[in-house]
This record gives sequence, C-alpha cells and structure tokens, in this order.
Amino acid sequence: MATTQPETSALSRATVFDDRQTQRRSELSRSWRRFKRYRPGVAGGIVIILLVIMAVFAPILAPYSPTEVNTRRLGEGPSWSHPLGFDGIGRDILSRTIYGARVALMVGIISTVIAITIGVLVGATAGYFGGWVDSLLSRITDTLMAFPLLVLLVTLAAVFSPSLKTVIVVIGVTVWASYARIVRADVLSLRERDFVMAARAAGANDIRIILRHVVPNVLGPVIVIATLGIGGIIILEAALSFLGLGVQPPTPSWGGDLSSARQFIRIYPHMAIAPGMMIVITVLAFNLLGDGLRDALDPRQRE
Amino acid sequence: MIRRLLQGIVVIFFVSIATFGILQLAPGSPIDVMVGEAQVTQEQIALIEAKWGLDKPWYVQYFRWMGNMLKGDFGQSIVRTGVPVSTMLRDAASVTIRLNLIALVISTAIAVPVGIIAAVKRNSLFDYVASIGSTIGIALPSFWISLMLIILFSLKLGWLPASGSQSWKNYIMPVMVLALQETALVARLARGSTLEILRQDFVTTARSKGLMERVVVSRHVVRNAMLPVVTVIGLRLAFLMSGTIIVETIFAWPGVGRLFIDSIFRLDYQVIQAIVLLSSIIVVVMNILTDLAYAYIDPRIRVR
Repeated sequence: MATTQPETSALSRATVFDDRQTQRRSELSRSWRRFKRYRPGVAGGIVIILLVIMAVFAPILAPYSPTEVNTRRLGEGPSWSHPLGFDGIGRDILSRTIYGARVALMVGIISTVIAITIGVLVGATAGYFGGWVDSLLSRITDTLMAFPLLVLLVTLAAVFSPSLKTVIVVIGVTVWASYARIVRADVLSLRERDFVMAARAAGANDIRIILRHVVPNVLGPVIVIATLGIGGIIILEAALSFLGLGVQPPTPSWGGDLSSARQFIRIYPHMAIAPGMMIVITVLAFNLLGDGLRDALDPRQRE
Repeated sequence: MIRRLLQGIVVIFFVSIATFGILQLAPGSPIDVMVGEAQVTQEQIALIEAKWGLDKPWYVQYFRWMGNMLKGDFGQSIVRTGVPVSTMLRDAASVTIRLNLIALVISTAIAVPVGIIAAVKRNSLFDYVASIGSTIGIALPSFWISLMLIILFSLKLGWLPASGSQSWKNYIMPVMVLALQETALVARLARGSTLEILRQDFVTTARSKGLMERVVVSRHVVRNAMLPVVTVIGLRLAFLMSGTIIVETIFAWPGVGRLFIDSIFRLDYQVIQAIVLLSSIIVVVMNILTDLAYAYIDPRIRVR
C-alpha cells in the first residue's frame, strides 16, 4: 500500500485509517456501554482508582510515618489524633494501612503482568505450532496446575528467601497456567480463520502473525481473567506475608500487619481490623470490576 | 482414555523432577540443618554425606529418592531424627482429612440448595442476598476471618477455645472458616449451572407437558445441574491443602498444613518434598478421576 503513487497514497491511507478508527471506536463504545450497565463493576472500578491514588500519594495522605515507633503508646486504642490507634510496637495503624496499599497493588499488578506475558507466549506458541511443541508446553502447563498453589508458593518463597521481590516473581511465574490454557484454545480456533490464512498468504511470518493478528484477538478474555485474578493474587500475597514468608517487617503490608496482629491478639485485638478490611475491599473491588469487564468484553462467558 | 492416563503419568514425572529441583536450589544444604551449631570436622560431614547419599550426583539422588517414594518409603525426617516421614504424614493426614470432610459436608449441604433456589427464584430477594453473600464470601481471606472469629468467640464471648484439637468445640471455628469459602464458591456455581439447565429445551418440554414447576425442577433440572457441581467439589477436594495450611497454622491443629509450615521453617527437606509431591499427585489423580466420572455419568462426553 505504501508503494502506490504519491497522489493517491495519502488519500487511500487516510481512508483506511479513518475506517479502522470508526470501527475500533464503535466496538469500544459498545463495550463501554455494556460495562456501564453493570453498576457493581463501575463501583469496583472507582474503588480501585481511589486505592491507586491512596498508594501513590501515601506519603501525603498518611498522617504519620508508617515505621516511626512511639514506645509510650504501645497498643493504644483509637483517639482523635490517631483514628485507628497504635499497634503492638507503637506505630500508627492508619498510616501503616494506607502504605499497605502499595505492596498489595504492586504485587497484584506486577505479578499479573509477568503471568500474562509468560502465559500468552506459551499459549500462543502451543496453539499456533501444534504438534510436539503443543504437547510439551501443555504438559508443562498441566504440571504447574498440579501443584496446590499455596504449597508451591510457600516452598518457593522459603527457598529463595522471602522478600517483596521474591513474592512478586514467585507469584508471577506460578499463576500463568490459566492464561496459557485459554490463549492456546483461542489460538487453535483462530489459526484456521480466514484473516490468519490471508496474513499467511500475504507472506507474514509466524512471529508477526502471532503478535499482530492472534494476540490482539485473545486480549479480551485475557484482560477479564487478569482482573478477576488480581484479587486472588492479593490474597495469596497477604497469606504469604501472614505466614512470615512474604514481605518482611518493618515494611507495611496488610498481610504482614495481620501477622503481627495475631501475635498481639489477646491484648490489642483492634490491630486486626483495618488491614483485613482493606484486603476485603480491594479484592471485592477487583472481582466486581472483573465481572463487569467479562460482561462487556467477553460476551461468550456471560452468565 | 489411555492417552489421558499417560498424560497423567508424564505430568507426575514432571512434578517429581520440579519438586526435587526446587529443593536442590535451596541455599542451605540438609547437612547444615542436621549439624546445626555443633562443631564438626570435614570427615564427619563426609560421613553424613555418604550415609544420606548426598555425595552422589543429583540425578542419582533423584532416582534413588523417586524409587523410594514409589515404594512408599518417604525417608526420615532430618530434623526429628529417626522418625519416618510416612508416620508423620499418616498421623497428620488423618487430622486434616477429618477437618476438611466435615467442612465439605456442611458447605455442600448449604451451598447446593441455596444455589438451586437462587436460580429458580431468579432476581428475587433470596437470589440477591445469596449473590451478595457469595460475592463477599469469596473475597474474605481465611486468615482474617480466623482472627475475627477468635476475637469474637474466644476473647469477647469466651465460648470457644482459640487453639488445640482436644474437644468438639475445637472443631467449630476451623470448620467454619474452611466451609465459608467453599460454600460461597459452590453456591455460585450451583446457581450458574442451574440457570443454564433451566434454559434447555427439555425443561420447556417438561413444563409444556403440564408438569408442576416443583416436579420439573426436582426431577429434570437438579439432576442435570449437579453434574458440574460434583466435578468441582471433587477438584476442590484435591486442593484442600491450600486452605488447610492457613487454618491449621492459626488454630494450632496437628495436620498436614501445620506440619508443612513447620517443616518449611526448619528446612526439613524430606518432609517438604514428600508433602509437595504427594499433594500434587493427589491433584493429578483427582483430575483423572473426575474426568472418568464425568464420562461415565454423561455419555454425551467422550474422553478424547
């Protein structure tokens, strides 16, 4: 198309461009309309935006430092200046809870990005090439799915010594199996479709076909599973930190703070409330947003 | 069908290599754990290495380990010297299975009827309450609910013990926590699958025959809708290890989950390897069994 005469090329390119633009916009706006109809999904989206703001602006929003210790006010209950009170080592619970959003969202999002990258690559490769490549990759995917997730995560976290980075990587490299499966199935059916045939006939190589034609087509379901999966990942991260195998103190994290709340539960039960509520709200928000996106982007899976 | 079994065997082989490999990557060696703080000479270390076969290359160690596992010999704990891992596992497993079976029975008994009623009375108040309940139930982390229950029932009301496993009262909170998430998930699934069946042609036929709605539901809908539900319950059973780790740790139950976490912190390699391998094999076997059961119950599905 680019090699046609100069006079017509600008015009034809503009037409093609315009055409695509309208098509894409109408598809998007249809999805957006469908999404808006599901109120809980919209509410989930708004809560997530607020949580992101809370995480990004934690230093401004938090009234005190999350790690500053006030030994004279150990475990003190709520007061006007400290609305959620102090924890067992004398730190402000409100400030720690605000900062905790950082770990939760960071692990949720980065791990998911890692998992999507691996899962889409593995699934697309397996589905596109078929044969022994497919068999091998599918068995590897099955193997990953055979491990009870928390058992595998606990073992890996312990082996690679627990830290924020370990948690992110370990979760990322263990939860990609569901992406690989759905992408593989979609690619298997896409492979035979006309536009992929056409691209191949036009001389596009395999990598180009996968990246330009196959991957964009499976993006909808992937976004849906990713959103629904983030909630689960946040719970897993909190569970690891709760067991002492995740984010290490004194870094504020909801799971880690619940772990220290457990140690003080008999004397300072108020420590256990706020971090847990935040986990529930965050997970709920992602799950509702995921339900809404599923209705909007992936009509096949609608209830 | 035979292909399915072969795939299962391949997966178990991969799982065993991965399990073995992960612990080879661990920073410390089992020797460090065994020796601890004691002063030992190089010769003594060599002696221990020879005794446990740690001086051999990794693949020799792998095949020896795998061979023993196949014979049902899981080795001995390197921390609690002399205790066979199989004994530790057997004692712990009976506790874990008991706890989870009770939770499973209770959650199924609640979730299945709730899901069916919610679907039949779609958009009713009951449906809304059930939907909201299950949505929240799925989002509740088990470790937080456990702490909340302890605060309420043990600390404020003083009705239930917070830890231990001596009396029937010790069962209540762990079972509640294990059953909660299960109930939320299964109710959601039962509702979805009932809704799907209600849309099928044979249900319309049954209704047009003049059957009472109650008969239609109990005779035609429920039976068909429960198929996927049974499958999922079977699969969840295979994954009970994940839920049980948290609950047994918090409520101090001497089950497999607690044994696993204790072994992780003590780097008790033999125990960790055995639990990881066995729990994964259970998943693979349950997967194959549910596929088989599915094919047996529903002749429309041929297992490829």
